[in-house]
Amino acid sequence: MEGNSKLSQFQPVKSIFEINREERMAPGHRACAGCGPMIAVRQILQSLDVKPVVISATGCVEVTTSTYPDSAWLVPWAHVAFENSAAVASGVEAAMHALKVRGELKEERPVIALAGDGGTFDIGLQALSGALERGHRMLYVCYDNEAYMNTGIQRSSATPFGAWTTTSPVGKEWPGKAEIKKDIMGIVVAHGTPYAATASISHWKDLMTKVRKAVSQNGPTFLHVYAPCNRGWRFEPKDTVEVAKRAVETRFFPLYEVENGRYRITVPVAKPRPLEDFLSLQGRFSHLLKPENSETLKELKSIVEERWSKINAAASVQAQV
Amino acid sequence: MSDPRVRPVGPYPISQGGWHEGGSSKAYVTNDWRLEKPVVDLEKCVGCLYCWVYCPEPAIDLLDRAGKGPSKVRIDYDHCKGCGICQQVCPPKAIKMVPEEEEVANNGSI
Amino acid sequence: MAQFESVQTRKSLLTGDEAVAHAVRQSNVDLVAAYPITPQTIIVERIADFAASGAFTGQFVPVESEHSAMSACIGGALAGARAFTATASQGLALMHEMLYAASGLRLPISMAIANRALNSPLNIHNDHTDVMGSIDSGWIQLFAENAEEAYDRVIQSFRIAEAVNLPVAVNLDGFTLTHSTEPVEMLSDEAVRGFVGRPPKRDSLMDEAPKSFGLMSLPDSYQFFKEDQSRATTGSGVTISQVEGEYVKLSGRDHGALKIFGSGSKVMMVMLGSYAGTARTTARQMKNGGEQVGVISLGWLRPFPERQFLDALEGVETLMIMDRSVSYGAPAGPLASDVMSLLYRYGIKRKVIAVTYGLGGRGFLEEDAMRLFRYAEKSGPSFESFFFYGGE
Repeated sequence: MEGNSKLSQFQPVKSIFEINREERMAPGHRACAGCGPMIAVRQILQSLDVKPVVISATGCVEVTTSTYPDSAWLVPWAHVAFENSAAVASGVEAAMHALKVRGELKEERPVIALAGDGGTFDIGLQALSGALERGHRMLYVCYDNEAYMNTGIQRSSATPFGAWTTTSPVGKEWPGKAEIKKDIMGIVVAHGTPYAATASISHWKDLMTKVRKAVSQNGPTFLHVYAPCNRGWRFEPKDTVEVAKRAVETRFFPLYEVENGRYRITVPVAKPRPLEDFLSLQGRFSHLLKPENSETLKELKSIVEERWSKINAAASVQAQV
Repeated sequence: MSDPRVRPVGPYPISQGGWHEGGSSKAYVTNDWRLEKPVVDLEKCVGCLYCWVYCPEPAIDLLDRAGKGPSKVRIDYDHCKGCGICQQVCPPKAIKMVPEEEEVANNGSI
Repeated sequence: MAQFESVQTRKSLLTGDEAVAHAVRQSNVDLVAAYPITPQTIIVERIADFAASGAFTGQFVPVESEHSAMSACIGGALAGARAFTATASQGLALMHEMLYAASGLRLPISMAIANRALNSPLNIHNDHTDVMGSIDSGWIQLFAENAEEAYDRVIQSFRIAEAVNLPVAVNLDGFTLTHSTEPVEMLSDEAVRGFVGRPPKRDSLMDEAPKSFGLMSLPDSYQFFKEDQSRATTGSGVTISQVEGEYVKLSGRDHGALKIFGSGSKVMMVMLGSYAGTARTTARQMKNGGEQVGVISLGWLRPFPERQFLDALEGVETLMIMDRSVSYGAPAGPLASDVMSLLYRYGIKRKVIAVTYGLGGRGFLEEDAMRLFRYAEKSGPSFESFFFYGGE
């Protein structure tokens, strides 16, 4: 829907100095010190000159920013439930269009649905799929901290293989989480979504450029943001950005985009650091570095390599065409 | 004993449906969350904005909010939770973390 | 398709579902988000027809579930739009969580419920199990006896919802009303548009100053939100009556909080929905034969029309309260429990017979009404006051 022509002009972020300096989030929220998801939210919102409508799913970002009567949001914001941010955002987008047609709304705002990995990979997957299929003009952001952190670090289908959580504990029989992380990007891309990308809070320029590109699309878009949780992953609050950076540099979390089906790696990692550099910062993987779990570590390494190869192959094939 | 049907006066007004003007969290102070506080050496600060772009609060105030170039910063000590990310990401290492109790020359507490 | 656009100002033959779809088409609705479920399907099909032809000027969002239907309506209402959905049975159960969100957020959303039984066993036919499971979700609950009343109440629902900032559901019996063709005197498009107008300005996501909706409430405030919501619902009867009064002036049709037949009769059957018409026909015959029987048909269930109901008890000795759903293990069915607690609260003593009947489309004919009236008339010391009625 062509509600706001200004939005259709995509400008990549060239310099940190061009970023909007008017704060979109107020301090005083109750997120933990060093919260990765809050960094993601700030970077996303600062990257835009216009104020989007944000529809939050239930989760860490939602509860910590909205304790009545305190709201940290300096953009129009609403929370309804856990599993339906994509559906609520669909309604907002359709309503804006109806009001615009009736001449009661001057300009449509960008709509951002914001959910964690639980609200996206698990309980919100159906609503997300529906919204993608219907083609609403909205950006769906998944801030991925790889478990249900708000309820106390329970595993989700985004939790990586081998990771400790409170429902994938490490024991004689269990290696931490026994299943591999769901390929949410693959699911989204399979919908024919015009633009989907991964991003990391450590690579702000890449992230902000992707937000701008997503918002400029005339249809549904998806951003999968890696947002470490120091409480859940068991690392020092000061290391949030460093952990996110190492996830990229070890190829654990590849940064790429898929524009109209075309894959492109936006942050190439020619010489990956050893995976241990990423794992060793985090308590949730500490068991993997013990000799008795060397097989599990080997398996995780092969999962990481396979994931990278798959994306790399998709990107290379299309580069040749 | 007072009439049990009378509603007690709550700490704040009750809106219809629980909405509120955005940004009201700013009145909530989180300075007692931290054990260490960041101190900015304004001599070393190059105004690169990295601490601002990585701050989860935001508790980094830009001295040049309206500009389009480098801006030096000061810490919002009412809201900084002391995570130390700003110190980690600062390219010229202009930020150091010091114990909360330590008296420091005020570099722009707001 | 064409026939549905050319029937605007005269008596038309419509099913209840079609009548509802026309009411939505005429009511300046901005957003319809709906998912198909028997026996509501005709409502969404007709609205889709109207959207395809341009007769419906809002946005039609064919969502992937009822949960998302209500979620999208909530999003639309938060953006300041007039939103409508329709569902039934399992669909209402699936959107249950969102019903509380809509009312708690104090959003004016309208919904038609094509009442149907709930699994298990699977049954697509009519009773009131679906709505009774959601009766305490904070929605205004209105009931229609026929297609025309469903049409009228849907039109009124937008005005009511937007005046009291609460969602409104209009219940119509599955198949009995949704799929039966009846004469409906539709108002002209202009008359309806004039009556419903546009939604009044409210705090929304479109406001220039950013507002936050759906904040988390701690024990220091939660109860007060709920208390305010409860007062608003209880007090909404005044507004509903006002809107109904204005509608009477427009249409000459007065549905009101309840319909009484045989005022002051010794035995009154208390009913919800379309079977009231059957009971009324029987009561008329019996009355002509000198028997003291009548019918109270409730048009509102939430808010419960307390004053109007109590006014109807003058001269009444026995209330036979007819429930089309079960509250398993409870002292009576949900409607009977409502009535009994109302009587007790006001210290009013009446003989009460609670009957559960008509589940999963089980029929209710004039002879059934007569058997029950006769039982109530003869009720002596040994009568059973709470039972399932299953016909012959």
